[in-house]
Amino acid sequence: MIGYLVRRLLQSILILIGVSIVTYALLYVLPADPARQIAGRSATAETVANIREQLGLNDPFIVQYWRYFLGLLHGDFGRSYLQRTEVADLVAARLPATLLLMLGAIVCELAMGLTMGLVAALRRGTNTDQGLMVVSFVGVSAPQFVTGLLLLYVFAVRLGWFPIGGYGTFSHLVLPSLTLGVLGAGWYSRMMRSSMIDVLRQDYIRTARAKGLKRFVVVFRHALPNAILPVIAMIGIDIGLFMSGIVVVESVFGWPGIGQLAWQAIQRVDIPIIMGVTLVSAIAIVLGNLLADVVAPFIDPRIKLR
Amino acid sequence: MKKAFYAGVATLAIGIALGAMPAKAQSSGDKGATDASATKAQDGGAITVTFNNDVATLDPAIGYDWQNWSMIKSLFDGLMGYKAGTTELEPDLAESYTVSDDGKTYTFKLRDGVKFHNGRTMTADDVQYSLDRVVDPKTKSPGAGFFSSIAGYQDVADGKAEHLKGVKVVDPHTVEIDLDEPDAAFLHKMALNFAFVVPKEAVEKYGDDFGKNPVGTGAFKMKNWSLGQQLVFVKNDDYFRKGLPHLDQITFQFGQEPIVALLRLQRGEVDIAGDGIPPAKFLEVMNDPKQKKEVVSGDQLQTGYITMNTTEKPFDDVKVRKAVNMAINKRRIIQIINGRATPASQPLPPLMPAYDKSYEGYKYDPEAAKKMLADAGHPDGFETQLYVYNTDPQPRIAQAIQQDLSKIGIKVDIKSLAQANVISAGGSKDGVPMIWSGGMAWIADYPDPSNFYWPILGCSGAAEGGWNWAKYCNEDLDAEAAKADAIVAPGKQQQRYDMWKDVYHKVMDDAPWVPVFHEKRYTIKSDRMGGPDKFYADPINIPVNYDHVWVKNVQ
Repeated sequence: MIGYLVRRLLQSILILIGVSIVTYALLYVLPADPARQIAGRSATAETVANIREQLGLNDPFIVQYWRYFLGLLHGDFGRSYLQRTEVADLVAARLPATLLLMLGAIVCELAMGLTMGLVAALRRGTNTDQGLMVVSFVGVSAPQFVTGLLLLYVFAVRLGWFPIGGYGTFSHLVLPSLTLGVLGAGWYSRMMRSSMIDVLRQDYIRTARAKGLKRFVVVFRHALPNAILPVIAMIGIDIGLFMSGIVVVESVFGWPGIGQLAWQAIQRVDIPIIMGVTLVSAIAIVLGNLLADVVAPFIDPRIKLR
Repeated sequence: MKKAFYAGVATLAIGIALGAMPAKAQSSGDKGATDASATKAQDGGAITVTFNNDVATLDPAIGYDWQNWSMIKSLFDGLMGYKAGTTELEPDLAESYTVSDDGKTYTFKLRDGVKFHNGRTMTADDVQYSLDRVVDPKTKSPGAGFFSSIAGYQDVADGKAEHLKGVKVVDPHTVEIDLDEPDAAFLHKMALNFAFVVPKEAVEKYGDDFGKNPVGTGAFKMKNWSLGQQLVFVKNDDYFRKGLPHLDQITFQFGQEPIVALLRLQRGEVDIAGDGIPPAKFLEVMNDPKQKKEVVSGDQLQTGYITMNTTEKPFDDVKVRKAVNMAINKRRIIQIINGRATPASQPLPPLMPAYDKSYEGYKYDPEAAKKMLADAGHPDGFETQLYVYNTDPQPRIAQAIQQDLSKIGIKVDIKSLAQANVISAGGSKDGVPMIWSGGMAWIADYPDPSNFYWPILGCSGAAEGGWNWAKYCNEDLDAEAAKADAIVAPGKQQQRYDMWKDVYHKVMDDAPWVPVFHEKRYTIKSDRMGGPDKFYADPINIPVNYDHVWVKNVQ
């Protein structure tokens, strides 16, 4: 177990270094010149050259990357060229909002997905089952900005039940969490359905029914706990899904998280911020996957970590 | 100032999705408009202003986008400023100034008892420190180049000297500035944010983070700033202009899509939609009398134009450039942006002194254009490329240009790229054949005709990294323009403007651009906002002049 953990951690660090190199290289070849962005349109060629020198932009790629990498080891993500602020500060200021949104989304997707999957499994083969599976299919397929705008339009603009975007109270959290959760709910309902069907086929369920237990008791006490565990183990992997979703969802709802930060930075080609958000997301995804793998054997003893 | 008003795909998508929505009636009545309170300034009250993008920095030496430009103006002041709602210069922190006969020495007398937000009284030393700081290469100010006419600029810019030789503290209330050459736009430059006065102790205390902890002399001071969420300004009770500002507090909220901001404004949750009316909702707002009443429009110091690379075939032939000028249907392009502009005949926008109302420019005439193109040796036209900023409505405008040019046989390949990439392509050494300037260039830094010539039409701007995307370089015109700029005597300004008029006529004879339109600005406010329209369509303070607006019926 310990050996496995150490190996996985080392792997994760290698992955993160790889991500940082690839992202840095991609942003390096972008035709936008940071020195010129800083210097502004009235600058003379000398001013631009001077700034380029100060920032060390004349150094070869390897040297620049190495400097950035050493900074990272000290927790220094660099300074935004356009906002003239530490990237670490910008990300730290926005991370709580993103974490809150993810938490909301996890609650939404579990509540919706597990319920739908459970009902579909119990009503297997009926119209209810098919209807629910169509809904889950739509949830998985609908682009998040469409889902978000529809929810915003119906529940905030027309019905006025929720605020039109923003941040601060519980009611601000509902619509963006739902939007982000719908995608996961689709996956969870399908997993829950098949997992539940699997469990209901087991001999011990038949035995439990045969000894006269009520269907309700069998489903909730004997089948559900066994069916739900492998599904729950997927939450870690969700973090990766969320990271791609928050850029869209946070922009639609004006949610002040790191997704919105990334979107603004991409539009302004603010390279240090793009770099910082990419790395933070990569860390979250790697940690999420690691968590999913480590938790798995506790939930299902048949899985062994080597 | 860079202008990326309607950012991105998300806005566009929201615009399409919500475009069909009926306007929501405003909740509060409109009786306020008839009250006496609507015409007389009231003090007190707090307003909310929304923006999509985070504000970058509030350091006056660094901030250089349309969004922080006017915020900085409310926090800091310069020796010179503009009369609210106009482009007319007036002394601000200076009480008065004199110019020597040779135009090389400016002497500013400072106001008495102006205090920084930290309580210290401002003196001439602060003026000197602030100018040294903006030119100092360590500050990395995008505006340092504006001050190149001050004696000793080059030594400081090269890091060889710490102080500008030309800026002298005569006594605590008097500053003298010597120039190497007369510079007719110098007073405008002293009204730029980059010349605003900052207290040395605060800059040194906060270092690189001064832009997040601004301390100035302005009408408002910063209360708090939650990164990515909101920024709060409160009234500066010690402000040196008595009776200003009217508002007690302004809250700027960030991360609000323009369309969401408009919906919230209709509900009364927002007072000023900082990003304006999103294009997709413009007609709907203007067709609703109730909403239209709260819309104020004004001219900007802006021109949208097509550049043609005058150094490369086929645009090195003036006949080809003239043919393109005659082939573009400007009225149709203006329809694409819902009529939010007036057609342009010349580079200068109408608000500029030296704008020539009587100049007609090239008339739309595709037949004549086709003939001229044939005369130039291209009876079958040619193929070329048009670079454009990839955010709506610019690509649609590029398509209209493409159609117009196809009628005279020119096949245009549209290259739609991110803003920074178009700018760097235009500024590259050899340049690119054609660029549509929309969303990138050019809003004047100050209302003087020279600001529309040197960077974007003069030889110096044609260098690598410059903004003269047509690579147009006419040395005779440069000489004439320099002569005009040497006229600094206040009594001779009309003569100077006449010379500039002539310069722009000659530019149009060479036709390096197609001037297409001058965009108008539309500000939408809530019905509780008071004050004359000119404060909501201020050509210098965008979106509104925060120091002068007020709210009606303060409780």
